[in-house]
This record gives sequence, C-alpha cells and structure tokens, in this order.
Amino acid sequence: MRRFLIVFACLLPAVAAAQQKLLPAQSEVAFTSRQMGVPVDGRFAKFDAQVAFDPKKPESAKIAFSIDLDSVSVGDAETVREVRKPGWFDTAKFPKASFQSGAVKALGGGRFEIAGTLSIKGVARPVTVPATLVQQGPNTTATGSFTIKRLDFRIGDGDWSDVSLVANDVVVKFRLALAGVPPL
Amino acid sequence: MLGISLCAPGAFRDASKMAGMNRQADAFTFILHAARASGARHPFMSPSAAYSRTAIALHWLAGVAIIATFSFGLYMVDLPFSPARIRQYNWHKWAGIAILALSALRLLWRLRHAPPPLPSAMPAWQRRVSHATHHLMYLLFFAVPLAGWAYSSAAGFPVVWFGVLPLPDWVPRDAGLAELLKPVHRGLAYALGALVVLHVAAALKHQFVDRDGLLSRMLPFLSR
Repeated sequence: MRRFLIVFACLLPAVAAAQQKLLPAQSEVAFTSRQMGVPVDGRFAKFDAQVAFDPKKPESAKIAFSIDLDSVSVGDAETVREVRKPGWFDTAKFPKASFQSGAVKALGGGRFEIAGTLSIKGVARPVTVPATLVQQGPNTTATGSFTIKRLDFRIGDGDWSDVSLVANDVVVKFRLALAGVPPL
Repeated sequence: MLGISLCAPGAFRDASKMAGMNRQADAFTFILHAARASGARHPFMSPSAAYSRTAIALHWLAGVAIIATFSFGLYMVDLPFSPARIRQYNWHKWAGIAILALSALRLLWRLRHAPPPLPSAMPAWQRRVSHATHHLMYLLFFAVPLAGWAYSSAAGFPVVWFGVLPLPDWVPRDAGLAELLKPVHRGLAYALGALVVLHVAAALKHQFVDRDGLLSRMLPFLSR
C-alpha cells in the first residue's frame, strides 16, 4: 500500500501537468513549400500533443508536440513517395518531428508567443511560434503559422538543395483544438 | 468562332509585281519571270498574295513554340522524379500558357484580317479539308493548353507563369479529376501533333507537287 502511494505520488505531477487534451479530428497541421514559385500544400494526418497550459499563467506552460512524418500528404502521390526518402524527411530513420516549449509569453487578446525547440531529422533549432487562442464552449482552438528554413534541418539536401527550385522557406500552419484549457 | 471561314476567297493577283517588272522585257522573259516568281508549273498561273507580316510572324512563332513544347512534353514525361523534371515541367507549363496567349492574339488578328486566297486550281474537297484542318487546329491551340492547365491545378500544382504570376485554378484540386485530365491533355496534344503533320505535309505537297505557290503566302521570299 505504501509502495502504491509512492508510485501514485510520483505520477501526480505528470497528471497535473497534462490537463489539456488534443482533439485530433478538429486539429490540423499543414505546410506550404514553393517549387519555382508554385505553392505546394502538404499536411500531416498524425500528430500528438501534451499540453499543460493556463492562459493566466503562461510562464508555467509546458507544451510538447510530435508529428508522425510518415503521415505526410503533399502534392501528388509521387511527391509523397519522394519526401519520405532520405534526401527529404528520411522517415525510416527519423519517424517523428517534435517541438518542446520553453518560455511562453502572453501578448494580450488571446495571443501568445511560444519559444521552443523544433527537432526534425536529428537537427534541433530554436523557433518562436505565435498562437492565437479562441475559446468556444468547452474547447479552445489555437491557430498560428511560422516559417522555417528547410535546409536548417537538411530537408531536401544534395540535388534538391537548390533554393531557386524548392524555396528554403516553408510556412508551417496549425490549428489545434484542445479540451480543458482554463478560461482566457 | 468556328463558323468563320479561315480561308476566304478574294483578290487573286498582286498587281504591283507586274508593275515593278522591267518594261524592256519581252514576252518570253516575262513568262519566265512570272513562272519563277510564282513557282508555278503553268506560266500563267497567278502567284498567291501573302499573309500580312503580323500574321506571318505570329504563325511561325506559334509553329516553333508548339512543336518545341510538344517535343519537350514527350521527353519530360519519362524522366524520373528529379530537380530537372520539376524544372522542365514548369518550363513546359510556362510555354503552354504562352501558346495560349499567343493563340488568343492570333485568333483576334485572324478575325479582323482575311487571309489571302487559296490557289484557284485547288479542288473543292481540298478546300474543305483545309478549312476543317485550320478550324480544328485553332480549336486545339486553346484546348491543349487549357487541358494542361486544368490537369496541373487538379493535381495540386497551380500554374505560376514564369514563376511570378500565379494563375487561378478553374477546376477543383482533385486527384481523381487529375487522372481523368491527364489523358485528355495528352490525347488533345497528339491530335494537334497529327494535324500539324498533315498541315506541313499539305504545304510541302502544294510547294513541290502542285507547285501552285501556296507556301509563298506564308513564306513571301519564295515568290521573290
């Protein structure tokens, strides 16, 4: 019994930290890359988040996000096959991309700035992600977009590193529906 | 648009050629000159007047662009997924849209300027085939690039002309629709290719078999 209590006590902070639940069906993670000026849209079907976030106490927020890169869809079927290859995401070796939050800043009006570390293909880089929160009923939707440089993460290296063909800038857009976020 | 004849009959003879001729020339040299000028088998067959300079320039520009873009299309479809293929697909699309714009210009010009007459000796059935070929080619000048544009949009790759001017998608993004449009674009392109071959073959037949001076309407230097 004592042992059980200790285990329980150890688990408590973890449970308390992950108060919010991601609603994947109402959420979306998409990106836009440009090929010779042509916007090519893609999205990820599978992703997950652990969110501990109180809008009134952003400094104590903890957000961990991971994306299953194999769930990518982009352009046509041939493009999808291509981006899984070692030159791009190398999904066999690096199946997941992840984001771990650092400092979270409230900007007012439901807007927040989340500094953190983005890791893709074994490369970790600092990023700042802006998010706008809208609450409706029991759910909260966080939307935002930010730009990353694909070559920072060795995405499309070798033959594909020519940025006049595939632009270095990739715009990442997200809409995450969360249950259990305290009121703004 | 298709109801308008592309080869209307009209004046037969460019009188200025005769006026500019050496007055000293006797009947024999006159006949020789006329024969040489017209490329005609019969010395008294009149040479056809030429198309306007604008029509000639647009024709040859379109001809070169269409043949080059068609050949390029045949070549690029077999390339493996690579940076080179993406580049070439984009160039092909840019060229296709340029041909579409050029064809709109040609059609506008054509509707306002009657072409020179066909050789008087040309049989009625040949005139009919010639009219039909020209009508179909004009139709395909628009249909082939439009089908390619739609295919590209449906496949999820909107066309950005020369990498700077985004063109609107006029069909939805739909992989199933893209699969339908791909053979449409290809089939129409092959049809245009076949008509171009017929068009060139007919022009060469007029030049080297009939020797009726038809080609000099589009290549005025031939009659000089």
